[in-house]
Amino acid sequence: MTAPTGSDPVGVLDLQGGVQEHLDHLRRLGVPGRPVKRATELEGLAGLIVPGGESTCLSRLLTIFDLREPIEQAYRSGLKLWGTCAGAILLARENLGETPYFGLIDIAISRNAFGSQMDSFNREALAPAVAREPVPLTFIRAPKIVRAGSGVRVLLQLDDYIAAAEDERILVTVFHPELTPSLAFHRYFARKCGLNPVGTDDAGLDPDWTPLSWTRFSSHA
Amino acid sequence: MAENRYLLNTQLAQMLKGGVIMDVVDVEQAQIAQEAGAVSVMALERVPADIRKQGGVARMSDPGLIKAIKEAVTIPVMAKARIGHFVEAQILQALKIDYIDESEVLTPADEECHIDKTQFEIPFVCGARNLGEALRRIAEGAAMIRTKGEAGTGNVVEAVRHMRAMNREIRQLVGIPAEEIMGFAKANGLPYPLALEVRKLGRLPVVNFAAGGIATPADAALMMQLGCDGVFVGSGIFKSGDPVRRARAIVKATAYFNDPEKLLEVSMDLGEPMPGLDVASMPVEERLAGRGW
Repeated sequence: MTAPTGSDPVGVLDLQGGVQEHLDHLRRLGVPGRPVKRATELEGLAGLIVPGGESTCLSRLLTIFDLREPIEQAYRSGLKLWGTCAGAILLARENLGETPYFGLIDIAISRNAFGSQMDSFNREALAPAVAREPVPLTFIRAPKIVRAGSGVRVLLQLDDYIAAAEDERILVTVFHPELTPSLAFHRYFARKCGLNPVGTDDAGLDPDWTPLSWTRFSSHA
Repeated sequence: MAENRYLLNTQLAQMLKGGVIMDVVDVEQAQIAQEAGAVSVMALERVPADIRKQGGVARMSDPGLIKAIKEAVTIPVMAKARIGHFVEAQILQALKIDYIDESEVLTPADEECHIDKTQFEIPFVCGARNLGEALRRIAEGAAMIRTKGEAGTGNVVEAVRHMRAMNREIRQLVGIPAEEIMGFAKANGLPYPLALEVRKLGRLPVVNFAAGGIATPADAALMMQLGCDGVFVGSGIFKSGDPVRRARAIVKATAYFNDPEKLLEVSMDLGEPMPGLDVASMPVEERLAGRGW
């Protein structure tokens, strides 16, 4: 794989879950996005987002449709990965009480660690490496990262858990930046992929974003 | 309900997009569903096909059963309350499941009023046959919509009818001049502010799944190609000859709904589908979709 040119697209794994939401955030940053359903669609990507959804479902589909090995191979050739929520579970080396899936980043994660949907919540926090201002965070039946290995940098520690972390080639967040007006984490990931997204290092709040912006990428009547 | 709670509830539905929600009646079925890649399970005592066969009053399932299923899986758990039965909904909220289906599959408790879902923290999904019904439920606080279809028949015809009706009415609403919107809203029973939102978006303002009569991978893909965001399968899986294979096949077909090669691959050698019922020859009083308004 060659180095990203600055115009290479970021892929969003399009099997199930918050695909359109990520595509909409990428668009707002001027980063070309591409839904990825087949191995051939991994070709020429600067990075790949493994979105939130249900991790068991995603892992079954990845295996059945022969995407696991091609993604691992692309990663070994330099593809950057970002897992949000269920995506972070799939990328974690240790998944408490369950078999890990990709196991590519040295963190331990505990699935659905806050409770049921009624325990889903919003909050704001400052992740200094990502933005110099606090950003809104949305946690939906979220997991907790409970351990980060020595090669892993903690980007956001909250209460008794790690909410965002990275190593050289992988970013993981247990919350959903794609469900908020903040583009900061997408901007951070795009830069990690060697791209040049618009914006500086503020909270990246897009005044034009609404909770229904994702529908632009969904099916219509 | 606080505004941010409603938003979180619509957003959980967004995370289920492209997935299959399966009816299960015990812990074993719930585990099979999760293993097959279901994004959520609907916990109930009897699947619609059995409710239909056995007759009588169908009520909320025993919370003990729902609790056992909740403890056996990690995916979100949904359960059904009767239309208008806000106390069943209070009990399900106290049980802290993830979603309530205010469902016509159960015998309605109130023929005039649906549940005022704005009074709850927990999210609701409701069935609809057309745009007006969908928007009335959203106005009452539903965070997700599904077609009603005709549950327990293994016959997709009514789900198709309902989805086509919604699509047609949305296209009309988008196409008419502004001064005709109020008349259209009046004629079709659309809450006006939501009518304006649909006109702007060109679709429903919440996630919309297919439900009612889906029995094969092709049925699931059909509903997805008609524009649904995901699929509920009730009796179609565990009333079929080989539930494990069929569950997996429907999950795959929903993810690759636009890929006929993959649909061909997953449709082979699935064993017997559930026996189907002809809806056209069914007496009106046996049709569940007519419950609620």
